[in-house]
Amino acid sequence: MNHLVRLSQIARSLAAVGCLATAAFAAQAQPIKLAGLYELSGPGASAGTMFKNGVAMAVKEINESGGILGRKLEHTISDTQTNPGVAKGLATKAVDDGAFAVFGPVYSGSIMVSMAETRRAEVPNFTGGEAAGITKQGNPYIFRTSFTQETAMPKVARYIANNLKAKNVAVIFVNNDFGKGGRDAITKALADVGAKVVADVSTDAGQLDFSAPVLKAKQANADAIFVYLNEEESARALRELRKQGVNKPIVGETTLTGQKVIDLAGEAANGAVAHVGLTVDAPGANMLKFKARFYQETKTISDHNGIKGYTGVYLLKAAIEKAGKADRKAVVAALHGLQVSAAKQPGVLLDVSVDAKGDLDRESFIVEVKGGKQEVKEILPPLSKK
Amino acid sequence: MSDFLQLLLSGMATGSIYALAALGFTLLWQASGTINFAQGEFVMLPAFAMVAFGAAGLPLGAAYVATCVLAIAVLGLAFKRGIVDPLFKFGMMPIVVATIGLAIAARNGVRAGYSAEAHPFASLFGDKLFQLGGVTVTLADVGTLVFALAIVFATQAFLQKTVTGRAMQAVAQNTESATVLGINVPRMIFYTFAINAVLATTAALLVTPAYLAKFDMGESLGTKAFFAAIIGGFNNSRGALLGGLIVGVAENLAAAYISPAYKDAVALVLFMVVILFKPQGLLGRKVERKV
Repeated sequence: MNHLVRLSQIARSLAAVGCLATAAFAAQAQPIKLAGLYELSGPGASAGTMFKNGVAMAVKEINESGGILGRKLEHTISDTQTNPGVAKGLATKAVDDGAFAVFGPVYSGSIMVSMAETRRAEVPNFTGGEAAGITKQGNPYIFRTSFTQETAMPKVARYIANNLKAKNVAVIFVNNDFGKGGRDAITKALADVGAKVVADVSTDAGQLDFSAPVLKAKQANADAIFVYLNEEESARALRELRKQGVNKPIVGETTLTGQKVIDLAGEAANGAVAHVGLTVDAPGANMLKFKARFYQETKTISDHNGIKGYTGVYLLKAAIEKAGKADRKAVVAALHGLQVSAAKQPGVLLDVSVDAKGDLDRESFIVEVKGGKQEVKEILPPLSKK
Repeated sequence: MSDFLQLLLSGMATGSIYALAALGFTLLWQASGTINFAQGEFVMLPAFAMVAFGAAGLPLGAAYVATCVLAIAVLGLAFKRGIVDPLFKFGMMPIVVATIGLAIAARNGVRAGYSAEAHPFASLFGDKLFQLGGVTVTLADVGTLVFALAIVFATQAFLQKTVTGRAMQAVAQNTESATVLGINVPRMIFYTFAINAVLATTAALLVTPAYLAKFDMGESLGTKAFFAAIIGGFNNSRGALLGGLIVGVAENLAAAYISPAYKDAVALVLFMVVILFKPQGLLGRKVERKV
């Protein structure tokens, strides 16, 4: 009889353990949901598509290597139509659907609006937006995948003043949050190095004809022209600058020499110089491997937006592994002050650190377009190592 | 002064492209009483066809010719048979609504079926520059202007000097009388649609190198061409040319001397002024109806 009682106790214990194990296993096996809100149509389609492809490739790689802490990633894709209102609605939906983290939007104007939703739900949100204001609102859940304009523009201004010896600069910018933030940052940075803006030319997002803005910049007789537009508009502006025979140095920040811009502008992109935080032509085995894999997956060469999306996912991976569990609050805490070495976490491609506001620091590059390709002219160290 | 001349020239080049699309508006209106609000998309679709032919290995000239043939079949014949003919008996409004729907369908169809991204497009004239009396002139501007004007004048000559062209004008003026005179009215109307398709393809060839091939490239072009047609006179083909040039030059000058932000408003302001003070357009004639 005693045997029978003991046997039934053992059976009950085993059943309980089994249930607990099953529950634990089920929790472990549940995928980590990443909601992607990308500009897949509208003026931001080039940037959004690249960013999406970068995220998708990182998700695929991580899942192929067993996931993060044994959990696979589940990536959903939504189109913001480059519309801040739509982006906000999609962010609400992503939160309601239980997203662990949100990737995108890439456009500063969209993330400025949509991040209120992810902040409310305490969901980490990785963005490709570069407007300085994004991380100035005290939102602990926002994380960049690229430099802020306030980090990048002083480097551009120093190049204009020291390397080009330019004193007068014409600025052509796009009249949205991204463009206005960039215009303000470069104006201040140029003033700091003793150069001044002699033409301040505003253009519209999605503008097709750049003959008048280019002529206005030409009329100013500046020593250099700084172009700060989104991808397609950058290509149209470069074509128009070439068409009007402008022979002054054309300088930009990241977007101007992106691969998509080079593809669209063709010959006209040659000679353009830009400061870029991320480029597939950066030296190093990790970047070379990424470039080849991205091309294999998408049949396109990644621009900085592809790298942003890709490295963003690996940044999240590093944070989850540091936290030791897929818990949003713990991961957000781990992200602030996170330092990731590319030797230990090759997916981040370059050594990177995240500060308390969600801004990034890493080395960057001055590149020039030659023969339809970016060529690295100069490697600039991270700000923290200066 | 040299800047002004350069602005004038590039404005005329842009305006001549508007004129091509505007001419399509006026021709369809005169021949079949149709206003085609998908005219901008009629420029976008051939642009993508040329991109596709180019990807298949055809040189630009051959891609243009192949696209003209395709456009005559799809944007001419299929558009006429599929949309205009069945709706014509219900009056103009159903056709207007149908072409607005067609424009939305074409944009979203290309976006979903091909790509939402912009695609590069080879220029017919390259990037050559030369100086002319102190003015930097680009081959692209001169070439676009000359090519577009040649097409417009050739269309004019065809309509006025050939038997077929005169028959088409007769149909435009009075369909019943034209029928009595033994003119094949349906065929003449088809010719108008075919000419419109070729004009749209030519506009695509000239404008896409600067605008890039994108699903929404026709939106503003269609609107500007409509304004140009109204400004010049909807019932006069020469009016389309004048309206196109006025809009192109005015918006270029406004962007340079006032602000680029007001560029797109210029065509609208001109349109409103003309509608208020000369509703028939600058070269249009008043049409009187007996009740």
